[in-house]
Amino acid sequence: MRVLPALSSALIALMLASLTIGAAQVDLRMVRQDPLAMLVLLESRLPRTLAVALTGAALSVAGVLIQALVRNRFVGPDTSGTAEGAALGLLAITIWAPASPLWLRMVVASLTAMAATALFLAVIRRLPAREVMLVPIAGIILSGVVGSVVTFIAWQHDLMQFVGTWLGSGEFSGAIAGRYELLWIAGIAALLAWLAADRFAILGLGDGVATGLGLSVDAVMRLGLVVVSVVTAMVVTTVGMLPFVGLVVPNLVARLMGDNLRQTLPVVALSGAVLVLACDLVARIVVAPYELPAGLILGVLGAGLFLWLLHRRPVHG
Amino acid sequence: MIEIRAVSHQIAGTPILHDITTRLPEGRLTALIGPNGAGKSTLLRLVGRLEPLQAGRISVAGHDIATTPTDRLAQVMAVLGQQTLIASRLRLAELVAFGRWPHHKGRPTAADRAHVAEAIRTFALGPLADRFMDELSGGQAQRAHIAMAFAQDTEWLLLDEPLNNLDMSHARALMARLRALVDQQGRGVAVVLHEVNYAAAWADHIIALKDGRILAEGAPDAVLTEDLLSRLYDAPISVGRHQGRPLVLHHA
Ligand SMILES: Nc1ncnc2c1ncn2[C@@H]1O[C@H](COP(=O)(O)OP(=O)(O)OP(=O)(O)O)[C@@H](O)[C@H]1O
Ligand SMILES: [Mg+2]
Repeated sequence: MRVLPALSSALIALMLASLTIGAAQVDLRMVRQDPLAMLVLLESRLPRTLAVALTGAALSVAGVLIQALVRNRFVGPDTSGTAEGAALGLLAITIWAPASPLWLRMVVASLTAMAATALFLAVIRRLPAREVMLVPIAGIILSGVVGSVVTFIAWQHDLMQFVGTWLGSGEFSGAIAGRYELLWIAGIAALLAWLAADRFAILGLGDGVATGLGLSVDAVMRLGLVVVSVVTAMVVTTVGMLPFVGLVVPNLVARLMGDNLRQTLPVVALSGAVLVLACDLVARIVVAPYELPAGLILGVLGAGLFLWLLHRRPVHG
Repeated sequence: MIEIRAVSHQIAGTPILHDITTRLPEGRLTALIGPNGAGKSTLLRLVGRLEPLQAGRISVAGHDIATTPTDRLAQVMAVLGQQTLIASRLRLAELVAFGRWPHHKGRPTAADRAHVAEAIRTFALGPLADRFMDELSGGQAQRAHIAMAFAQDTEWLLLDEPLNNLDMSHARALMARLRALVDQQGRGVAVVLHEVNYAAAWADHIIALKDGRILAEGAPDAVLTEDLLSRLYDAPISVGRHQGRPLVLHHA
Protein backbone atom coordinates (compact mmCIF):
# COMPACT_ATOMS: atom_id res chain seq x y z
CA MET A 1 0.00 0.00 0.00
CA ARG A 2 2.12 2.88 -1.24
CA VAL A 3 -0.94 4.92 -2.18
CA LEU A 4 -1.97 5.85 1.35
CA PRO A 5 1.37 7.45 2.42
CA ALA A 6 1.54 9.39 -0.85
CA LEU A 7 -2.01 10.68 -0.46
CA SER A 8 -1.48 11.51 3.21
CA SER A 9 1.62 13.55 2.36
CA ALA A 10 -0.26 15.40 -0.35
CA LEU A 11 -3.10 16.09 2.08
CA ILE A 12 -0.76 17.47 4.74
CA ALA A 13 1.04 19.67 2.21
CA LEU A 14 -2.22 21.05 0.86
CA MET A 15 -3.59 21.66 4.35
CA LEU A 16 -0.46 23.61 5.31
CA ALA A 17 -0.76 25.64 2.13
CA SER A 18 -4.43 26.27 2.88
CA LEU A 19 -3.51 27.52 6.35
CA THR A 20 -0.97 30.00 4.99
CA ILE A 21 -2.64 31.40 1.90
CA GLY A 22 -5.05 34.33 2.17
CA ALA A 23 -5.46 38.08 2.54
CA ALA A 24 -3.88 38.29 6.01
CA GLN A 25 -0.25 37.18 6.41
CA VAL A 26 0.05 34.04 8.52
CA ASP A 27 3.50 32.60 9.06
CA LEU A 28 3.03 29.27 10.75
CA ARG A 29 6.48 29.47 12.42
CA MET A 30 5.83 32.86 14.00
CA VAL A 31 2.16 32.41 14.87
CA ARG A 32 2.75 31.93 18.61
CA GLN A 33 4.21 35.40 19.03
CA ASP A 34 1.55 37.05 16.88
CA PRO A 35 -1.92 37.14 18.49
CA LEU A 36 -3.61 38.52 15.39
CA ALA A 37 -2.22 35.82 13.15
CA MET A 38 -3.26 33.25 15.77
CA LEU A 39 -6.78 34.60 15.69
CA VAL A 40 -6.95 34.39 11.89
CA LEU A 41 -5.58 30.88 12.00
CA LEU A 42 -7.97 29.51 14.61
CA GLU A 43 -11.10 31.42 13.65
CA SER A 44 -10.85 31.27 9.88
CA ARG A 45 -8.00 29.35 8.23
CA LEU A 46 -8.16 26.15 10.27
CA PRO A 47 -11.97 25.86 10.16
CA ARG A 48 -11.94 26.44 6.44
CA THR A 49 -9.19 23.91 5.82
CA LEU A 50 -10.97 21.29 7.91
CA ALA A 51 -14.29 22.06 6.26
CA VAL A 52 -12.83 21.56 2.80
CA ALA A 53 -11.08 18.30 3.71
CA LEU A 54 -14.11 16.89 5.53
CA THR A 55 -16.45 17.81 2.68
CA GLY A 56 -14.23 16.23 0.04
CA ALA A 57 -13.69 13.06 2.03
CA ALA A 58 -17.30 12.56 3.12
CA LEU A 59 -18.86 13.33 -0.26
CA SER A 60 -16.50 10.88 -1.97
CA VAL A 61 -17.39 8.12 0.47
CA ALA A 62 -21.09 8.93 -0.01
CA GLY A 63 -20.51 8.55 -3.76
CA VAL A 64 -19.09 5.05 -3.28
CA LEU A 65 -22.10 4.09 -1.18
CA ILE A 66 -24.79 5.36 -3.52
CA GLN A 67 -23.01 3.64 -6.40
CA ALA A 68 -22.98 0.36 -4.45
CA LEU A 69 -26.66 0.74 -3.52
CA VAL A 70 -27.81 1.20 -7.12
CA ARG A 71 -24.98 -0.87 -8.65
CA ASN A 72 -24.21 1.81 -11.17
CA ARG A 73 -21.07 3.89 -11.46
CA PHE A 74 -22.65 6.89 -13.10
CA VAL A 75 -24.41 8.36 -10.09
CA GLY A 76 -23.33 10.50 -7.18
CA PRO A 77 -25.02 12.19 -4.21
CA ASP A 78 -25.45 15.24 -6.46
CA THR A 79 -27.42 13.28 -9.09
CA SER A 80 -29.68 11.12 -6.95
CA GLY A 81 -32.07 13.73 -5.59
CA THR A 82 -30.28 13.71 -2.21
CA ALA A 83 -28.97 17.29 -2.21
CA GLU A 84 -32.23 18.68 -3.57
CA GLY A 85 -34.13 16.71 -0.92
CA ALA A 86 -31.97 18.29 1.79
CA ALA A 87 -32.56 21.75 0.30
CA LEU A 88 -36.31 21.13 0.31
CA GLY A 89 -36.21 20.37 4.03
CA LEU A 90 -34.10 23.45 4.75
CA LEU A 91 -36.48 25.57 2.74
CA ALA A 92 -39.52 24.20 4.58
CA ILE A 93 -38.05 24.93 7.98
CA THR A 94 -36.88 28.37 6.88
CA ILE A 95 -40.44 29.21 5.85
CA TRP A 96 -42.40 27.61 8.69
CA ALA A 97 -40.04 27.80 11.63
CA PRO A 98 -37.36 30.34 10.81
CA ALA A 99 -36.26 30.59 14.44
CA SER A 100 -35.51 26.87 14.85
CA PRO A 101 -32.11 25.90 16.19
CA LEU A 102 -29.39 24.54 13.97
CA TRP A 103 -29.72 20.93 15.17
CA LEU A 104 -33.39 20.89 14.14
CA ARG A 105 -32.59 22.24 10.69
CA MET A 106 -29.94 19.58 10.35
CA VAL A 107 -32.33 16.79 11.36
CA VAL A 108 -35.03 18.01 8.98
CA ALA A 109 -32.57 18.33 6.10
CA SER A 110 -31.29 14.81 6.76
CA LEU A 111 -34.81 13.37 6.83
CA THR A 112 -35.92 15.01 3.59
CA ALA A 113 -32.62 13.99 1.96
CA MET A 114 -33.39 10.41 3.01
CA ALA A 115 -36.91 10.61 1.61
CA ALA A 116 -35.66 11.87 -1.77
CA THR A 117 -32.90 9.24 -1.93
CA ALA A 118 -35.34 6.50 -0.91
CA LEU A 119 -37.58 7.60 -3.77
CA PHE A 120 -34.61 7.35 -6.14
CA LEU A 121 -33.78 3.84 -4.90
CA ALA A 122 -37.41 2.75 -5.25
CA VAL A 123 -37.51 4.01 -8.84
CA ILE A 124 -34.17 2.34 -9.70
CA ARG A 125 -35.25 -1.01 -8.28
CA ARG A 126 -38.09 -1.12 -10.78
CA LEU A 127 -35.85 -0.52 -13.77
CA PRO A 128 -34.50 -3.50 -15.72
CA ALA A 129 -30.98 -4.20 -14.45
CA ARG A 130 -29.40 -4.29 -17.87
CA GLU A 131 -30.40 -0.73 -18.76
CA VAL A 132 -27.24 0.82 -17.35
CA MET A 133 -27.82 4.35 -18.58
CA LEU A 134 -31.41 4.57 -17.29
CA VAL A 135 -30.12 4.81 -13.72
CA PRO A 136 -28.19 8.09 -14.07
CA ILE A 137 -30.94 9.47 -16.28
CA ALA A 138 -33.56 8.67 -13.65
CA GLY A 139 -31.33 10.30 -11.03
CA ILE A 140 -30.85 13.46 -13.04
CA ILE A 141 -34.57 13.71 -13.75
CA LEU A 142 -35.46 13.21 -10.10
CA SER A 143 -32.86 15.80 -9.01
CA GLY A 144 -34.29 18.16 -11.60
CA VAL A 145 -37.87 17.67 -10.45
CA VAL A 146 -37.12 18.10 -6.74
CA GLY A 147 -34.81 21.01 -7.58
CA SER A 148 -37.59 22.72 -9.52
CA VAL A 149 -40.00 22.31 -6.63
CA VAL A 150 -37.40 23.92 -4.34
CA THR A 151 -36.86 26.78 -6.78
CA PHE A 152 -40.58 27.35 -7.25
CA ILE A 153 -41.32 27.50 -3.54
CA ALA A 154 -38.27 29.64 -2.83
CA TRP A 155 -39.23 32.04 -5.58
CA GLN A 156 -42.73 32.44 -4.17
CA HIS A 157 -41.33 33.20 -0.73
CA ASP A 158 -38.54 35.39 -2.01
CA LEU A 159 -35.88 33.05 -0.66
CA MET A 160 -33.93 32.42 -3.84
CA GLN A 161 -30.61 33.56 -2.37
CA PHE A 162 -30.74 30.62 0.07
CA VAL A 163 -31.24 28.12 -2.72
CA GLY A 164 -28.17 29.60 -4.35
CA THR A 165 -26.02 28.86 -1.31
CA TRP A 166 -27.43 25.34 -0.82
CA LEU A 167 -27.45 24.07 -4.37
CA GLY A 168 -25.20 26.51 -6.22
CA SER A 169 -21.60 25.41 -6.52
CA GLY A 170 -20.20 24.92 -3.05
CA GLU A 171 -18.18 27.68 -1.51
CA PHE A 172 -16.04 27.70 1.60
CA SER A 173 -15.53 31.39 2.43
CA GLY A 174 -18.29 31.14 5.06
CA ALA A 175 -16.65 28.19 6.80
CA ILE A 176 -15.39 29.89 9.96
CA ALA A 177 -15.29 28.72 13.57
CA GLY A 178 -18.83 28.11 14.77
CA ARG A 179 -20.21 27.63 11.26
CA TYR A 180 -18.57 24.52 9.90
CA GLU A 181 -18.69 22.02 12.79
CA LEU A 182 -21.66 20.12 11.34
CA LEU A 183 -19.23 18.73 8.80
CA TRP A 184 -17.67 16.63 11.54
CA ILE A 185 -20.96 14.73 11.59
CA ALA A 186 -20.52 14.07 7.87
CA GLY A 187 -16.99 12.83 8.60
CA ILE A 188 -18.22 10.53 11.38
CA ALA A 189 -20.96 9.15 9.12
CA ALA A 190 -18.33 8.37 6.49
CA LEU A 191 -16.22 6.62 9.11
CA LEU A 192 -19.24 4.56 10.09
CA ALA A 193 -19.58 3.47 6.47
CA TRP A 194 -15.98 2.31 6.50
CA LEU A 195 -16.71 0.04 9.48
CA ALA A 196 -19.40 -1.62 7.34
CA ALA A 197 -17.27 -1.59 4.19
CA ASP A 198 -17.45 -5.35 3.62
CA ARG A 199 -21.23 -5.26 3.66
CA PHE A 200 -21.35 -2.59 0.99
CA ALA A 201 -18.81 -4.46 -1.12
CA ILE A 202 -20.92 -7.62 -0.87
CA LEU A 203 -24.10 -5.70 -1.67
CA GLY A 204 -22.37 -4.51 -4.84
CA LEU A 205 -22.23 -8.16 -5.95
CA GLY A 206 -26.02 -8.33 -6.20
CA ASP A 207 -28.95 -9.14 -3.93
CA GLY A 208 -28.63 -12.87 -4.63
CA VAL A 209 -24.98 -13.11 -3.58
CA ALA A 210 -25.56 -10.82 -0.60
CA THR A 211 -28.50 -12.89 0.67
CA GLY A 212 -26.58 -16.10 0.01
CA LEU A 213 -23.77 -14.83 2.23
CA GLY A 214 -26.28 -14.15 4.98
CA LEU A 215 -26.56 -10.38 4.65
CA SER A 216 -29.85 -8.60 5.18
CA VAL A 217 -30.04 -6.61 1.96
CA ASP A 218 -32.63 -4.22 3.40
CA ALA A 219 -30.54 -3.44 6.47
CA VAL A 220 -27.43 -2.64 4.42
CA MET A 221 -29.53 -0.50 2.06
CA ARG A 222 -30.93 1.43 5.01
CA LEU A 223 -27.48 2.04 6.48
CA GLY A 224 -26.20 3.28 3.13
CA LEU A 225 -29.23 5.50 2.70
CA VAL A 226 -28.72 7.09 6.11
CA VAL A 227 -25.00 7.73 5.58
CA VAL A 228 -25.43 9.21 2.09
CA SER A 229 -28.29 11.43 3.24
CA VAL A 230 -26.63 12.67 6.43
CA VAL A 231 -23.36 13.45 4.65
CA THR A 232 -25.15 15.32 1.88
CA ALA A 233 -27.46 17.19 4.25
CA MET A 234 -24.51 18.41 6.34
CA VAL A 235 -22.67 19.60 3.24
CA VAL A 236 -25.74 21.34 1.82
CA THR A 237 -26.45 23.03 5.17
CA THR A 238 -22.93 24.34 5.76
CA VAL A 239 -21.13 24.99 2.48
CA GLY A 240 -23.56 24.09 -0.31
CA MET A 241 -23.51 21.04 -2.58
CA LEU A 242 -20.31 20.37 -4.51
CA PRO A 243 -20.62 18.86 -7.97
CA PHE A 244 -18.69 15.85 -9.33
CA VAL A 245 -16.63 14.84 -6.25
CA GLY A 246 -18.96 11.99 -5.35
CA LEU A 247 -18.97 10.79 -8.93
CA VAL A 248 -15.37 11.18 -10.08
CA VAL A 249 -13.36 10.13 -7.03
CA PRO A 250 -15.09 6.73 -6.55
CA ASN A 251 -14.70 6.00 -10.27
CA LEU A 252 -11.01 6.89 -10.33
CA VAL A 253 -10.23 4.77 -7.29
CA ALA A 254 -12.31 1.80 -8.51
CA ARG A 255 -10.58 1.92 -11.86
CA LEU A 256 -7.13 1.87 -10.33
CA MET A 257 -7.64 -0.19 -7.18
CA GLY A 258 -10.92 -2.05 -7.53
CA ASP A 259 -13.94 -2.35 -5.25
CA ASN A 260 -12.64 -4.04 -2.13
CA LEU A 261 -14.10 -1.21 -0.09
CA ARG A 262 -12.40 -2.01 3.17
CA GLN A 263 -9.09 -1.24 1.44
CA THR A 264 -10.28 1.44 -0.95
CA LEU A 265 -12.57 3.63 1.21
CA PRO A 266 -9.62 5.28 3.04
CA VAL A 267 -8.06 5.98 -0.35
CA VAL A 268 -11.36 7.38 -1.59
CA ALA A 269 -11.69 9.65 1.44
CA LEU A 270 -8.11 10.96 1.18
CA SER A 271 -8.38 11.48 -2.58
CA GLY A 272 -11.64 13.41 -2.14
CA ALA A 273 -10.05 15.64 0.51
CA VAL A 274 -6.98 16.25 -1.67
CA LEU A 275 -9.06 17.04 -4.76
CA VAL A 276 -11.37 19.52 -3.05
CA LEU A 277 -8.50 21.15 -1.15
CA ALA A 278 -6.61 21.63 -4.39
CA CYS A 279 -9.69 23.14 -6.04
CA ASP A 280 -10.32 25.45 -3.09
CA LEU A 281 -6.70 26.65 -3.19
CA VAL A 282 -6.92 27.34 -6.91
CA ALA A 283 -10.20 29.16 -6.35
CA ARG A 284 -8.50 31.35 -3.74
CA ILE A 285 -5.38 32.04 -5.78
CA VAL A 286 -6.46 32.71 -9.37
CA VAL A 287 -8.33 35.97 -8.73
CA ALA A 288 -6.66 37.00 -5.44
CA PRO A 289 -7.44 39.03 -3.41
CA TYR A 290 -10.96 37.93 -4.44
CA GLU A 291 -11.98 34.31 -4.72
CA LEU A 292 -14.11 31.99 -6.85
CA PRO A 293 -16.42 29.27 -5.52
CA ALA A 294 -14.43 26.04 -5.16
CA GLY A 295 -17.31 24.20 -6.79
CA LEU A 296 -16.68 26.14 -9.99
CA ILE A 297 -13.10 24.87 -10.30
CA LEU A 298 -14.30 21.43 -9.29
CA GLY A 299 -16.97 21.47 -12.00
CA VAL A 300 -14.40 22.16 -14.69
CA LEU A 301 -11.78 19.76 -13.35
CA GLY A 302 -14.35 17.07 -12.49
CA ALA A 303 -15.92 17.13 -15.93
CA GLY A 304 -12.47 16.80 -17.50
CA LEU A 305 -11.49 13.90 -15.24
CA PHE A 306 -14.78 12.16 -15.93
CA LEU A 307 -14.42 12.44 -19.70
CA TRP A 308 -10.90 11.05 -19.41
CA LEU A 309 -12.24 8.12 -17.35
CA LEU A 310 -14.97 7.38 -19.88
CA HIS A 311 -12.58 7.29 -22.78
CA ARG A 312 -9.71 5.43 -21.21
CA ARG A 313 -9.50 1.77 -22.18
CA PRO A 314 -9.92 -0.60 -19.26
CA VAL A 315 -6.56 -1.70 -17.89
CA HIS A 316 -5.70 -5.37 -18.10
CA GLY A 317 -3.19 -7.00 -15.80
CA MET B 1 -31.95 -33.39 4.22
CA ILE B 2 -33.85 -30.68 2.42
CA GLU B 3 -37.60 -31.01 2.92
CA ILE B 4 -39.97 -29.22 0.61
CA ARG B 5 -43.62 -29.39 1.62
CA ALA B 6 -46.57 -28.11 -0.40
CA VAL B 7 -44.62 -25.28 -1.99
CA SER B 8 -46.49 -23.21 -4.56
CA HIS B 9 -45.26 -20.03 -6.17
CA GLN B 10 -46.72 -17.32 -8.38
CA ILE B 11 -45.11 -14.46 -10.23
CA ALA B 12 -47.44 -11.58 -11.06
CA GLY B 13 -50.47 -13.85 -10.73
CA THR B 14 -49.06 -16.58 -12.98
CA PRO B 15 -48.55 -19.89 -11.19
CA ILE B 16 -44.94 -21.02 -11.58
CA LEU B 17 -44.78 -23.92 -9.13
CA HIS B 18 -47.76 -26.11 -8.19
CA ASP B 19 -47.83 -27.76 -4.77
CA ILE B 20 -44.32 -29.23 -4.80
CA THR B 21 -43.54 -31.76 -2.09
CA THR B 22 -40.25 -33.63 -2.15
CA ARG B 23 -37.07 -34.43 -0.27
CA LEU B 24 -33.45 -34.02 -1.24
CA PRO B 25 -31.58 -36.77 0.58
CA GLU B 26 -28.57 -35.74 2.67
CA GLY B 27 -25.13 -36.92 1.68
CA ARG B 28 -26.26 -37.31 -1.92
CA LEU B 29 -25.87 -35.48 -5.19
CA THR B 30 -29.30 -34.46 -6.46
CA ALA B 31 -29.79 -33.19 -10.01
CA LEU B 32 -32.75 -31.03 -11.03
CA ILE B 33 -33.58 -31.44 -14.70
CA GLY B 34 -36.35 -30.26 -16.99
CA PRO B 35 -37.06 -28.02 -19.97
CA ASN B 36 -36.56 -24.23 -20.00
CA GLY B 37 -39.09 -22.47 -17.84
CA ALA B 38 -39.98 -25.61 -15.87
CA GLY B 39 -39.35 -23.83 -12.56
CA LYS B 40 -35.97 -25.33 -11.61
CA SER B 41 -34.33 -22.00 -10.82
CA THR B 42 -37.41 -20.79 -8.98
CA LEU B 43 -37.41 -23.89 -6.78
CA LEU B 44 -33.68 -23.58 -6.08
CA ARG B 45 -34.02 -19.87 -5.31
CA LEU B 46 -36.86 -20.62 -2.89
CA VAL B 47 -34.78 -23.23 -1.09
CA GLY B 48 -31.86 -20.81 -1.01
CA ARG B 49 -34.21 -18.11 0.46
CA LEU B 50 -33.26 -15.78 -2.41
CA GLU B 51 -36.99 -15.52 -3.13
CA PRO B 52 -39.59 -15.12 -0.36
CA LEU B 53 -41.65 -18.23 0.20
CA GLN B 54 -45.32 -17.67 -0.67
CA ALA B 55 -46.91 -20.98 0.29
CA GLY B 56 -45.60 -24.17 1.89
CA ARG B 57 -42.59 -24.94 4.05
CA ILE B 58 -38.93 -25.63 3.35
CA SER B 59 -36.31 -26.82 5.79
CA VAL B 60 -32.62 -27.32 5.17
CA ALA B 61 -30.80 -29.68 7.53
CA GLY B 62 -33.50 -29.08 10.10
CA HIS B 63 -33.54 -25.29 9.75
CA ASP B 64 -36.87 -23.87 8.64
CA ILE B 65 -35.83 -21.23 6.13
CA ALA B 66 -38.75 -18.97 7.01
CA THR B 67 -37.80 -18.68 10.67
CA THR B 68 -34.02 -19.20 10.78
CA PRO B 69 -31.99 -15.96 10.63
CA THR B 70 -30.47 -15.48 7.21
CA ASP B 71 -26.90 -15.24 8.53
CA ARG B 72 -27.32 -18.58 10.29
CA LEU B 73 -28.61 -20.14 7.06
CA ALA B 74 -25.47 -18.89 5.31
CA GLN B 75 -23.46 -21.19 7.55
CA VAL B 76 -25.63 -24.15 6.54
CA MET B 77 -26.02 -23.71 2.80
CA ALA B 78 -24.22 -21.93 -0.02
CA VAL B 79 -26.23 -20.87 -3.08
CA LEU B 80 -25.00 -19.99 -6.53
CA GLY B 81 -27.70 -18.35 -8.67
CA GLN B 82 -28.09 -18.65 -12.41
CA GLN B 83 -27.22 -15.04 -13.21
CA THR B 84 -23.94 -13.98 -11.74
CA LEU B 85 -23.31 -11.03 -13.97
CA ILE B 86 -21.63 -8.38 -11.84
CA ALA B 87 -20.14 -5.00 -12.54
CA SER B 88 -18.11 -4.92 -9.34
CA ARG B 89 -14.35 -4.54 -9.72
CA LEU B 90 -13.20 -7.10 -7.20
CA ARG B 91 -10.14 -9.21 -7.71
CA LEU B 92 -10.83 -12.91 -8.08
CA ALA B 93 -9.17 -13.77 -4.76
CA GLU B 94 -11.20 -11.06 -2.99
CA LEU B 95 -14.43 -12.48 -4.40
CA VAL B 96 -13.60 -16.02 -3.29
CA ALA B 97 -12.60 -14.67 0.14
CA PHE B 98 -16.11 -13.26 0.61
CA GLY B 99 -17.30 -16.88 0.65
CA ARG B 100 -15.90 -17.06 4.18
CA TRP B 101 -17.75 -13.96 5.33
CA PRO B 102 -20.71 -15.85 6.89
CA HIS B 103 -18.21 -17.52 9.23
CA HIS B 104 -15.90 -14.67 10.21
CA LYS B 105 -18.09 -11.56 9.65
CA GLY B 106 -15.08 -9.43 8.78
CA ARG B 107 -12.32 -10.95 10.91
CA PRO B 108 -10.76 -13.73 8.86
CA THR B 109 -8.62 -16.28 10.68
CA ALA B 110 -5.81 -18.42 9.30
CA ALA B 111 -8.34 -21.22 8.78
CA ASP B 112 -10.52 -18.92 6.66
CA ARG B 113 -7.54 -17.98 4.51
CA ALA B 114 -6.66 -21.65 4.10
CA HIS B 115 -10.19 -22.41 2.87
CA VAL B 116 -9.93 -19.62 0.31
CA ALA B 117 -6.53 -20.78 -0.91
CA GLU B 118 -7.84 -24.32 -1.25
CA ALA B 119 -10.92 -23.24 -3.21
CA ILE B 120 -8.73 -21.24 -5.57
CA ARG B 121 -6.40 -24.19 -6.03
CA THR B 122 -9.25 -26.67 -6.53
CA PHE B 123 -10.61 -24.73 -9.49
CA ALA B 124 -7.18 -24.02 -10.97
CA LEU B 125 -7.66 -20.27 -10.50
CA GLY B 126 -4.24 -19.55 -8.98
CA PRO B 127 -2.82 -17.75 -12.01
CA LEU B 128 -5.93 -15.54 -12.18
CA ALA B 129 -6.17 -14.72 -8.46
CA ASP B 130 -5.11 -11.08 -8.83
CA ARG B 131 -7.22 -10.34 -11.91
CA PHE B 132 -10.27 -8.12 -11.70
CA MET B 133 -13.52 -10.04 -12.19
CA ASP B 134 -14.57 -7.83 -15.10
CA GLU B 135 -11.40 -8.85 -16.91
CA LEU B 136 -12.10 -12.59 -16.92
CA SER B 137 -13.73 -14.82 -19.52
CA GLY B 138 -17.25 -16.11 -18.88
CA GLY B 139 -16.06 -19.56 -17.84
CA GLN B 140 -13.31 -18.19 -15.61
CA ALA B 141 -15.79 -15.89 -13.86
CA GLN B 142 -18.18 -18.83 -13.43
CA ARG B 143 -15.43 -20.92 -11.84
CA ALA B 144 -14.59 -18.04 -9.49
CA HIS B 145 -18.20 -17.90 -8.31
CA ILE B 146 -18.27 -21.65 -7.79
CA ALA B 147 -15.01 -21.36 -5.83
CA MET B 148 -16.67 -18.74 -3.61
CA ALA B 149 -19.56 -21.13 -2.88
CA PHE B 150 -17.02 -23.89 -2.14
CA ALA B 151 -15.08 -21.67 0.22
CA GLN B 152 -18.30 -21.17 2.19
CA ASP B 153 -17.84 -24.83 3.14
CA THR B 154 -21.42 -25.58 4.15
CA GLU B 155 -23.43 -28.73 4.76
CA TRP B 156 -25.47 -28.03 1.63
CA LEU B 157 -24.38 -26.61 -1.70
CA LEU B 158 -27.01 -25.41 -4.20
CA LEU B 159 -25.83 -24.61 -7.71
CA ASP B 160 -27.96 -23.36 -10.60
CA GLU B 161 -26.47 -24.44 -13.93
CA PRO B 162 -22.85 -24.39 -12.73
CA LEU B 163 -21.70 -25.93 -16.02
CA ASN B 164 -22.69 -22.78 -17.92
CA ASN B 165 -19.73 -21.51 -19.92
CA LEU B 166 -17.47 -24.35 -18.76
CA ASP B 167 -15.52 -26.38 -21.29
CA MET B 168 -15.70 -30.17 -21.21
CA SER B 169 -12.67 -30.67 -19.02
CA HIS B 170 -13.62 -28.03 -16.45
CA ALA B 171 -17.20 -29.33 -16.42
CA ARG B 172 -15.94 -32.84 -15.75
CA ALA B 173 -13.56 -31.58 -13.06
CA LEU B 174 -16.40 -29.72 -11.34
CA MET B 175 -18.69 -32.76 -11.30
CA ALA B 176 -15.84 -34.91 -9.96
CA ARG B 177 -15.21 -32.32 -7.23
CA LEU B 178 -18.92 -32.28 -6.29
CA ARG B 179 -18.86 -36.06 -6.19
CA ALA B 180 -15.85 -35.98 -3.85
CA LEU B 181 -17.64 -33.50 -1.60
CA VAL B 182 -20.55 -35.92 -1.32
CA ASP B 183 -18.54 -39.14 -1.00
CA GLN B 184 -15.70 -37.99 1.22
CA GLN B 185 -17.30 -35.29 3.35
CA GLY B 186 -20.91 -36.42 3.36
CA ARG B 187 -22.15 -33.07 2.06
CA GLY B 188 -25.47 -32.61 0.25
CA VAL B 189 -25.37 -31.10 -3.22
CA ALA B 190 -28.30 -29.92 -5.34
CA VAL B 191 -27.50 -28.90 -8.86
CA VAL B 192 -29.59 -27.75 -11.82
CA LEU B 193 -28.27 -29.43 -14.98
CA HIS B 194 -29.28 -29.00 -18.59
CA GLU B 195 -27.02 -31.63 -20.06
CA VAL B 196 -28.86 -34.74 -18.89
CA ASN B 197 -25.83 -36.96 -19.36
CA TYR B 198 -24.00 -35.15 -16.56
CA ALA B 199 -26.91 -36.14 -14.33
CA ALA B 200 -26.75 -39.69 -15.71
CA ALA B 201 -23.03 -39.94 -14.99
CA TRP B 202 -22.72 -38.24 -11.61
CA ALA B 203 -26.04 -37.89 -9.77
CA ASP B 204 -27.45 -40.16 -7.05
CA HIS B 205 -30.94 -38.73 -7.22
CA ILE B 206 -32.82 -36.92 -9.97
CA ILE B 207 -35.85 -34.65 -9.79
CA ALA B 208 -37.48 -33.95 -13.16
CA LEU B 209 -39.61 -30.80 -13.29
CA LYS B 210 -42.04 -29.80 -16.00
CA ASP B 211 -44.49 -26.90 -16.01
CA GLY B 212 -43.99 -26.30 -12.31
CA ARG B 213 -44.73 -29.89 -11.30
CA ILE B 214 -42.55 -32.88 -10.46
CA LEU B 215 -42.87 -35.33 -13.33
CA ALA B 216 -40.59 -37.96 -11.81
CA GLU B 217 -37.99 -38.41 -9.12
CA GLY B 218 -35.66 -41.15 -8.04
CA ALA B 219 -32.44 -42.90 -8.98
CA PRO B 220 -30.99 -42.16 -12.44
CA ASP B 221 -31.96 -45.60 -13.71
CA ALA B 222 -35.57 -45.04 -12.72
CA VAL B 223 -35.91 -41.49 -14.09
CA LEU B 224 -33.77 -41.49 -17.21
CA THR B 225 -35.98 -43.76 -19.31
CA GLU B 226 -36.95 -43.23 -22.95
CA ASP B 227 -40.61 -42.86 -22.13
CA LEU B 228 -40.11 -40.36 -19.31
CA LEU B 229 -37.50 -38.22 -21.03
CA SER B 230 -39.55 -38.06 -24.21
CA ARG B 231 -42.49 -36.81 -22.19
CA LEU B 232 -40.30 -34.43 -20.18
CA TYR B 233 -38.81 -32.73 -23.21
CA ASP B 234 -41.66 -33.37 -25.71
CA ALA B 235 -39.17 -34.90 -28.13
CA PRO B 236 -38.23 -38.46 -29.07
CA ILE B 237 -35.21 -39.43 -26.98
CA SER B 238 -33.45 -42.77 -26.85
CA VAL B 239 -31.45 -44.06 -23.93
CA GLY B 240 -28.50 -46.41 -24.25
CA ARG B 241 -26.07 -47.59 -21.62
CA HIS B 242 -22.45 -46.82 -20.96
CA GLN B 243 -20.37 -48.25 -18.12
CA GLY B 244 -23.46 -49.36 -16.26
CA ARG B 245 -25.21 -45.99 -16.36
CA PRO B 246 -27.85 -44.56 -18.70
CA LEU B 247 -26.58 -42.65 -21.76
CA VAL B 248 -29.10 -40.24 -23.24
CA LEU B 249 -29.08 -39.80 -27.01
CA HIS B 250 -30.97 -37.08 -28.83
CA HIS B 251 -30.30 -38.28 -32.40
CA ALA B 252 -33.19 -40.69 -32.35
N1 LIG C 1 -39.42 -12.20 -13.11
C1 LIG C 1 -40.30 -13.01 -13.75
N2 LIG C 1 -41.46 -12.52 -14.22
C2 LIG C 1 -42.34 -13.31 -14.83
N3 LIG C 1 -42.16 -14.61 -15.04
C3 LIG C 1 -41.03 -15.16 -14.60
C4 LIG C 1 -40.03 -14.39 -13.93
N4 LIG C 1 -39.01 -15.21 -13.60
C5 LIG C 1 -39.34 -16.43 -14.05
N5 LIG C 1 -40.56 -16.41 -14.65
C6 LIG C 1 -41.25 -17.56 -15.24
O1 LIG C 1 -41.23 -18.60 -14.30
C7 LIG C 1 -41.12 -19.83 -14.97
C8 LIG C 1 -40.04 -20.65 -14.32
O2 LIG C 1 -38.81 -19.98 -14.44
P1 LIG C 1 -37.44 -20.62 -13.96
O3 LIG C 1 -36.40 -19.60 -14.12
O4 LIG C 1 -37.65 -21.20 -12.62
O5 LIG C 1 -37.25 -21.79 -15.03
P2 LIG C 1 -36.03 -22.77 -15.22
O6 LIG C 1 -36.59 -24.13 -15.10
O7 LIG C 1 -34.91 -22.43 -14.35
O8 LIG C 1 -35.66 -22.51 -16.73
P3 LIG C 1 -34.22 -22.44 -17.46
O9 LIG C 1 -33.88 -23.83 -17.81
O10 LIG C 1 -34.51 -21.66 -18.68
O11 LIG C 1 -33.27 -21.79 -16.56
C9 LIG C 1 -40.85 -19.50 -16.43
O12 LIG C 1 -42.03 -19.78 -17.16
C10 LIG C 1 -40.53 -18.06 -16.45
O13 LIG C 1 -41.01 -17.48 -17.63
MG1 LIG D 1 -33.03 -21.66 -14.64
